[in-house]
Amino acid sequence: MIEVKNVSKSYRRDAIEIPVLSNITISVPEGEFLALMGPSGSGKTTLLNLIAGIDRPNTGSVMVNGTDIATLNESDLARWRSHNVGFIFQFYNLLPVLTAFENVELPLLLTSLSKKERREHVEASLKLVGLEDRMRHYPKQLSGGQEQRVAIARAIVTDPTVLVADEPTGDLDRVSAQEVMTLLDRLNKEFKKTVVMVTHDPRAAEKAHKVMHLDKGELT
Amino acid sequence: MFVLKLVLKNALRHKLRTFLTILGIAIAVMSFGFLRTIVTAWSYGVEASAANRMITRHSVSFIFPLPYAYRDQIARVPGVNLVSYANWFQGSYKDPADFKNFFPRMAVDPETYFEIYPEFVLPPEQLATFKRERNSCVVGQKIAREHGLKIGDVMTIEGDIYPGRWDFVIRGIYRGKDASADETQMFFHWNYLDERIKELQPTREGFIGWYVLRVQNPAEMSSVARAVDQMYLNSRAGTKTETEKEFQQGFVSMSSAIIRSLEVVSFIIIGIILLVLANTIVMASRERTKEFAVLKTIGFDSIHIIGLIGGESLLIAGIGGLIGLALTFPVAGAFAGMFPTFFPVFKVEVITVLLAATVAALAGVIAALFPTIRTLRTSIAEGLRAIG
Repeated sequence: MIEVKNVSKSYRRDAIEIPVLSNITISVPEGEFLALMGPSGSGKTTLLNLIAGIDRPNTGSVMVNGTDIATLNESDLARWRSHNVGFIFQFYNLLPVLTAFENVELPLLLTSLSKKERREHVEASLKLVGLEDRMRHYPKQLSGGQEQRVAIARAIVTDPTVLVADEPTGDLDRVSAQEVMTLLDRLNKEFKKTVVMVTHDPRAAEKAHKVMHLDKGELT
Repeated sequence: MFVLKLVLKNALRHKLRTFLTILGIAIAVMSFGFLRTIVTAWSYGVEASAANRMITRHSVSFIFPLPYAYRDQIARVPGVNLVSYANWFQGSYKDPADFKNFFPRMAVDPETYFEIYPEFVLPPEQLATFKRERNSCVVGQKIAREHGLKIGDVMTIEGDIYPGRWDFVIRGIYRGKDASADETQMFFHWNYLDERIKELQPTREGFIGWYVLRVQNPAEMSSVARAVDQMYLNSRAGTKTETEKEFQQGFVSMSSAIIRSLEVVSFIIIGIILLVLANTIVMASRERTKEFAVLKTIGFDSIHIIGLIGGESLLIAGIGGLIGLALTFPVAGAFAGMFPTFFPVFKVEVITVLLAATVAALAGVIAALFPTIRTLRTSIAEGLRAIG
């Protein structure tokens, strides 16, 4: 369960205060698939970052599964993210010097799992996204869609309860975008992951149970 | 383990850049080590000075001689248990324009000189022959090797301070007791010099360059110095008595401007190492801003980031430093070979190796400092927005 209450966020650029979100309150039940839509600069990514614990609100609270993540210090927040949230980015953000296997293994390196257990988890995740035969490939040897699927495998390998996706299809062709959305839909339906997705793409948003629109930092 | 693996992979990401950085550091560390070796070699005489030896020279300057008659008077000063003496002879051996023919040539007291300088080891039978034959000489084994000299060879010196042609028969080849002893000198009888100069320039008879005193107890050195100098306070040839170390330091200080310049250059080199490495690490970490943000997003914390940036910096500095150090030895060896007699002892000291290694390691740490702080201060959201 994600509860965002009266959250406001602004950034300071030199001496100018730029408001990004203003008094946002939303509630995302467990197992929900929420799409956040809106024009550029509307605050979608900022809201996603607040939910994922990679940014902090100026005012208000963000509760995820009973934890007020705004109160956690940096290292506790890092630990919390590693256990609870899986991230999917628009540009995949895989480490180019690591293979698909090693990229997916990254979050598990922060756990106490043995090497064998890690391998089992990574193989299972890559199998789930249909890339078990590309484990030894480097990102530059994969297509955009495949890279995004590796990124999804990395996001789910620790079995987090929440998946946040920032424009996951933004850099993909139609077929690849469809594959990625099918995968997210499956993770939501079959594996009961709560998915919060930022998108511009109405076709992607169709997979969501609920669509919220943001404009100029406010829900419309 | 993961950090180490990623550090290695990151370092090899831009192979040419890493290679050039390592090469730059290696050359800088080698230059640093080499210059420090020159500085150390310059002051070797000071370091190798004996704790129980003193030098008495003319109070005005080393170039003015002292009467031979002082010998017995100095020997009677309480605390002095042996007195020897020497004269700077110089002259030219073979082609004077060739630097390898330049080495110290001195007229000494054969009876006491090797006793007061036990670091010059001469086989007893060679010492006995040397003492017996007035026109004999002893050379250091480095000189003997360099010029292919052996016992029985005649060494001809063209005099300058003491004019004329001087022939000496080599009757001994000494070796240093340890690596710090100077094996590039040539000694012959002071009596032989004195006799010949009596014929050529009678006014110069009976003078020696400096006295070497061995004292019973090093704690008495200042009282010995006072007592000796007091004796000749109002004479025409006043004396200055000092420890051998102070005497050697006097020579070194004559070249202090050169030594200081070398030291300054060696420290400039440290700056160059730092800039070369800092440039690479700053570029590398800037390029990876987004990757570091991703790692932080996943849950990696500051320690991992410090390990990644610092590790890469230390790895490059370490490899460059090791190569540089490895190169310092052959370069120093080649230099010593080119000027075998200019620096009696020219070797890369352990302290130089440690200093160069420390410099490389420090450069690694300092070069990583700014990009690490910058990366840690960059918020995840900001990092994820980074382009490049």
